Amino acid sequence: MFEMLKARFFQGYRTGKFPPAAPNLPDHFCGRPQVEAHADIEAARALCPTHAWCEKAGAPAIDTGKCIFCGKCAACGVTFTREYRMAAMTREKLFADASPYTPEEQLDRGIRKMCGHSLKIRQVSAGGCAACELDFNVLNTLAWDMGRFGIQAVASPRHADAILVTGPVSRNMLLALKKTYEAMPKPCWVIASGACAVSGGIYAESPDVAGPVDKILPVDLYVPGCPPHPAVLLEALLRFIGRM
Amino acid sequence: MMDFLMLDNGAACAVNAIPCVEMAEFRAALIDGVTKQNCRVSAFCALDINSEKRLLAVLLDSALKKLKLLSSKVGTAYPALTCDAPAFHWFEREIWEEHKILPEGHRWLKPIRFSAPDAEIGVTDYFTLQGEAAHEVAVGPVHAGVIEPGHFRFQCMGEDVHFLEIELGYQCRGVEKLLSGGPDVKTLHLIETAAGDSSIAAALNYCAIAETMNHVEVPPRAVALRTLALELERIANHIGDLGALAGDVAFLPTSSFCGRIRGDFLNMTAKLCGNRFGRNFVIPGGVRFDLDDAGIAELQKKVLQGEKELFHALGLMFDAPSVLDRLENTGVVTAETAREIGMVGVAARASGVALDVRRDLNCDDFIPETVRGGDVLSRALVRKKELVHSLDVVKRLLAELPSGEVQTPCPATLTASTLGIHLVEAWRGELCHLVLTDENGKIRYVKIVDPSFHNWFGLAMALRGQQISDFPICNKSFNLSYCGHDL
Repeated sequence: MFEMLKARFFQGYRTGKFPPAAPNLPDHFCGRPQVEAHADIEAARALCPTHAWCEKAGAPAIDTGKCIFCGKCAACGVTFTREYRMAAMTREKLFADASPYTPEEQLDRGIRKMCGHSLKIRQVSAGGCAACELDFNVLNTLAWDMGRFGIQAVASPRHADAILVTGPVSRNMLLALKKTYEAMPKPCWVIASGACAVSGGIYAESPDVAGPVDKILPVDLYVPGCPPHPAVLLEALLRFIGRM
Repeated sequence: MMDFLMLDNGAACAVNAIPCVEMAEFRAALIDGVTKQNCRVSAFCALDINSEKRLLAVLLDSALKKLKLLSSKVGTAYPALTCDAPAFHWFEREIWEEHKILPEGHRWLKPIRFSAPDAEIGVTDYFTLQGEAAHEVAVGPVHAGVIEPGHFRFQCMGEDVHFLEIELGYQCRGVEKLLSGGPDVKTLHLIETAAGDSSIAAALNYCAIAETMNHVEVPPRAVALRTLALELERIANHIGDLGALAGDVAFLPTSSFCGRIRGDFLNMTAKLCGNRFGRNFVIPGGVRFDLDDAGIAELQKKVLQGEKELFHALGLMFDAPSVLDRLENTGVVTAETAREIGMVGVAARASGVALDVRRDLNCDDFIPETVRGGDVLSRALVRKKELVHSLDVVKRLLAELPSGEVQTPCPATLTASTLGIHLVEAWRGELCHLVLTDENGKIRYVKIVDPSFHNWFGLAMALRGQQISDFPICNKSFNLSYCGHDL
């Protein structure tokens, strides 16, 4: 036991300061994009692997639910900011144009009241590449420790307040996803995490895909990214339960 | 056999140069190669060449350091190879599922990923046991932890697992089909996301093929940065696996420390390119971002710090008798079995089978890390040894990074009517990409063989005679990819 205490001392206390401190993001991090006035939309459209360009109030915008943040359109007058507070509760809020951005607030008092101090999540992996799952798992490590906010991944949908779905929902996972949702006590919430879950991402046009998630279940929280950086996902969950 | 076409790793050949022989000769050459010449099956697939359906085999001959290609015309059926060389069994099931070509005499013919539009996943014949003590336990596709979906059926006699049947396909999203018609803006992203934890390895394979076809030489600095990224990928995943093993035997100190240290190494990959999984870093012709001197110094510091903390954390686990007792002699796969069913990578090396693309195709002085036990402990020890090696490579590369450019312009097109093939030793084992182009230089066919494709049956073998409670640590010790298999 003495050895373990020594080990604990050697390894130190390493849980990140985020939040409330700003997260430590890499230099080349691609956050929420901003379409500049001089942007060459046609050139950017041709480079985009997921057809993420759309219109918002008549102006060109990037649907960050489709965007995989490859950053190629940065050469065409799109600025990838360091804004990591990208998640939204409505799909349209994910459209990024030239206008200033403020993250969407959780207005549902019920969610704040019921989940503000305890959110139990059942994760369902449905046809993705496993990177989204891996970076959700990371929130469980002591570097991020989502447990300190009462957020926990649970084994059974019967114990869950929310399911967090990753992947474009392969046809082969459709039934299992529906059954998992049905097994959850209501009210419950659905979180679509990662470009595949939000929009199908790079797999949107595959005949083997039945998604995206909001074609199958009512989605309450969309988290962009390929995969979402742990800071993006943790911020999303905290804002969703009214803690940010 | 003189009939084989010999290729170096990463070489390309004209489609018409692929030798095509009679089926009897084809079978004899392959069976001889695998059972007598110590070759392994790197790819075996059905494809259209000059408007005729052919079976194409790619064997890896480590003695010659060559890939050996051979093809044969095929109709709707042919005598199965599996009966003579079991390493073909999963490949033959795949070909049967995708092309309806019947391998006659195959004793276990059923879909491996339920990819047909009318297939109903999980609805199939399973092995069953009869008798008073026989019972069946079914698990998945949705598991208790945060992991990918798969269905497992344990056929038990009393407490003992007699046989584990693994049913996959839940992650099937049509990667290979989506790739045909390229190269286009999506191609590299599809390649990178076939298995999201091996993005660097996969991108390296595709880029090597594209570079060969376009006769592009990658600058030395880019080669070094690519190797750096590949080793960081290996390090992060091996640390994650060892931490997860510790977690599964309830040894929390190592589990907690490794979870965090793995993140530190993922962040080093993110330092290179902004993404923790190395997405968009490797591109045809080089790498997307250079690393400046300040970046090198920062990484050097972090690697040293991470290394110190890592081996401290691993020391706790490998010194604890309670951990060793749980890992030792659990889930044994013998060298003979591993060889026979065609296992690769970490799992094969843990059974004492020294195969590694780094030695078998690429360079002479690399010595694969092997352990003889074949049990969970051996698979953990192989990872620990490889961590030492990979950390040395990373430190050496950072100290001696060549100067110069990091990109050579590479056209986004491919050569017409050409077959390109490249293998890389990804962290799980050998990853093979085969790209066939049509007469317009468009991708007609891509075959991805993930190491997990070779190894899933190894996990089933490891469970024989074990108890269901041994499954989590056996599974973790292999840590195979569902999405890389299902594609």
